[in-house]
Amino acid sequence: MTIDLSQFHSTFFEESLEGLDAMESNLLNLDINDNDPDIINSIFRAAHSIKGGSGTFGFIAITEFTHVQETLLDQIRSSEREVTQDIINILLESVDCVRDMLLSEKDNRECDFDQASSVRVQMENVLNGHAVPEVELNDSEDIPEVSVEGWRINFAPHLHMIKTGNDPVRILRELSSLGLMEVQVNTEKLPALPQYDPESCYLSWNIELFGDIQEGYVREIFDWVEDDCDLTISPLSQVDEKLEDVVAAKGDGEVKQILDTTEVPVKEQVVNGKKQRAVDPDQEVVPDKKHANSVAECSSIRVSTEKVDELINLVGELVITQSMIGELGKDFSASKIENMMDGLSQLERHTRELQESVMRIRMLPISFSFNRFPRLVHDLGSKLGKKVELKMSGENTELDKTVLEKISDPLVHLVRNSLDHGLETPEIRTASGKPEKGVLLLNAFHKGGSIIIEISDDGAGLNKEKIRNKAIQSGLIGDEDNLSDEKIYDLIFQPGFSTADEVSDVSGRGVGMDVVRKNIRELGGAVEIASTPGEGSIITIKLPLTLAILDGQLVRVGSETYIIPLISIIESLQAQEKNIKTIVDNAEVYRQRDEYIHIVRLHETFNIKPDSQSINDGLIVMVEGEGKKIGLLVDELLGQQQVVIKSLETNYKRIDGVSGATILGNGTVAIILDVPGLVAMSRSEIINDNNNKVA
Amino acid sequence: MAEQQESQNEYGMSTDVDNQYLTFILANEEYAIEILRVQEIRCWQSVTTLPNARDYIKGVINIRGTIVPIVDLRMRFNMESMEYGPMTVVIVVKVLEENRERVMGIVVDGVSDTHEIPQENIKPAPDVGDKTDIQFINGLATVNESMLILLDIDKLLISGELNGII
Repeated sequence: MTIDLSQFHSTFFEESLEGLDAMESNLLNLDINDNDPDIINSIFRAAHSIKGGSGTFGFIAITEFTHVQETLLDQIRSSEREVTQDIINILLESVDCVRDMLLSEKDNRECDFDQASSVRVQMENVLNGHAVPEVELNDSEDIPEVSVEGWRINFAPHLHMIKTGNDPVRILRELSSLGLMEVQVNTEKLPALPQYDPESCYLSWNIELFGDIQEGYVREIFDWVEDDCDLTISPLSQVDEKLEDVVAAKGDGEVKQILDTTEVPVKEQVVNGKKQRAVDPDQEVVPDKKHANSVAECSSIRVSTEKVDELINLVGELVITQSMIGELGKDFSASKIENMMDGLSQLERHTRELQESVMRIRMLPISFSFNRFPRLVHDLGSKLGKKVELKMSGENTELDKTVLEKISDPLVHLVRNSLDHGLETPEIRTASGKPEKGVLLLNAFHKGGSIIIEISDDGAGLNKEKIRNKAIQSGLIGDEDNLSDEKIYDLIFQPGFSTADEVSDVSGRGVGMDVVRKNIRELGGAVEIASTPGEGSIITIKLPLTLAILDGQLVRVGSETYIIPLISIIESLQAQEKNIKTIVDNAEVYRQRDEYIHIVRLHETFNIKPDSQSINDGLIVMVEGEGKKIGLLVDELLGQQQVVIKSLETNYKRIDGVSGATILGNGTVAIILDVPGLVAMSRSEIINDNNNKVA
Repeated sequence: MAEQQESQNEYGMSTDVDNQYLTFILANEEYAIEILRVQEIRCWQSVTTLPNARDYIKGVINIRGTIVPIVDLRMRFNMESMEYGPMTVVIVVKVLEENRERVMGIVVDGVSDTHEIPQENIKPAPDVGDKTDIQFINGLATVNESMLILLDIDKLLISGELNGII
């Protein structure tokens, strides 16, 4: 029996695609002037494993292509060759080619080999010491696969082949999946029935396979039986076909059967030994790997071992609790009721934690989406002749997988837009006194019950006049409509709206921004634009964080437990009376290392009863939000834990200073503080106080 | 009573669910809400208070992973509040507002019964002046010689604290 390699295909594709991503980002990091051997080595390793894998699984085209790639990389690795920008560009292109090939194998579709072969020619030219030529897309003199009309295959299994577990029917079936096929069986060697050994293979086949099929695919099918049969594979020619006609015509007395090969049982074939014509016109010429396809379709998540370990721990605890309760039940008396209640509440807690951990598996850092941008920006930048520096922050902000997948395309679109419309060319930038290199910043963070993704650039900003005029032209607004800036910016989200003077393949077709907004709205989010002419624009995507989680510090104020996002905490300290000054009325400030920090008494903000009014008895948690520091006065610091954020708005409403709620281990609800909100509140309080005083 | 049972026998239990009401006791009065709005009935459990909320919003509880606000109906109606005990009951209801649905809990003195009240038996509440609470009443009905107050929970729970914030 042949091992069905296709079951490993999806893993191979996944790993190879990851390898390609690694290659890509490393190539982009590669500095021409100072090439780091580590980077080159890791690029080489990635290429090498793709080559190895594709060879194992019989993706000949990929193997051949990556071989050239690998050779080139090997030379760079051994310092035989200098790294130049040209080589990097070629390698980047080759990464695209391999990705394309992999994806087309994965999705079972035709691959565009022209691109691959032209890139391959370029790489070979580099290898042969030529200068890098201009890309000629139709340069097909060196196509890796010879295209033919078909193959003539003589397949004569040895007597013992069936015993090795290889089934000729299976092979024929596989072959028929490659294309139209005519099979002729040779029964000459079939002995008389008394001598017939049902476990021996007496038959041989002449097979004609029609269609432009790569030899590799045909060979792949016979991979496992090569040693157990006589096999010749030769390309079909016109002459052969005529010959075949003759052969077919003289087949008198033989029964021609049109068989759905997949339904023919083995025995019947061997015993009947009749000529069979397996013609399946529905089969595509593309190798049909239905199995691999179905495997590839189920999406998968890569989960950090940490998260899995956590799950295992939880399950372990669950088992312990269960056995503990089981033990109690053996010899139960009323005195043990308390123990049992304890056990049950433990069970409840563990179940809940398990549930939350399982949910956390779905959370992925946004870097999964951000990681593709360096390449995108690099390519687009050079295409548009703009110098761009891409900065990213907050890549570790976790998002639900579904949200992440749905937000990726809108993000790409927005980044492209920023590059195309936002950033100016180096000349214009220099002329307006800006650094030649534009900055594009991607930033993701939690803020007040939402996840915010910001795409900002220091380009020209939105041209209000142009948008207005365009909108009047296309009849979106009237001539005399007086719109606020926000309204004007909002216009670019209208379907069909584009201010680009020329439609390029980058942007300007006017499809997009409306789709971007639609997608984001479908996720329950919002998108906003802020722009300053000449200074750039910021696009803010706000997504609800129903499923998001954060690391939280539990604090107690009076009888209430609150959660402060750990990320916003700078430090916690015991307050000393002498460092506290009261300025303007009630505003208290705390002097710390030459800084004066506004103290917010949480119990006052939230109107609850604290343990003690005195600052001396409490703790001050210094937090930072929106670039400002405040100190929150709490009674006690409790533990730290990761919490799943639940929205209060689902069933209630937004509360100032609160970003959401979570469910603690014991099943009770705890409120999560919104630090930027509290900062804003503290500011307005001072203003209010001042106003009151004036009044 | 006889009439009610008759109709139930005639159509089976699932008849005219639209007309079925759950009644509960609040300060010795019997109130009724549509039974289809009731998600579950729970015992009182301690809540997490919400900062700066109106006093009748007792706080939030966790019901199978959902955060559900709890409203004290006595306080909502400015009645004298009562000590919560083991018999205090929370009715979890679905509240509709335009096209969204919220789940909220209301604290009542006790759950009483279910009744089928045909639409024609529901009489409009008399005009008792400009008392605001009257707007939360859908009508009055008499069942078994006693008066039931039919509450409009959508108006009751969305107005006030939640009004105009979404």
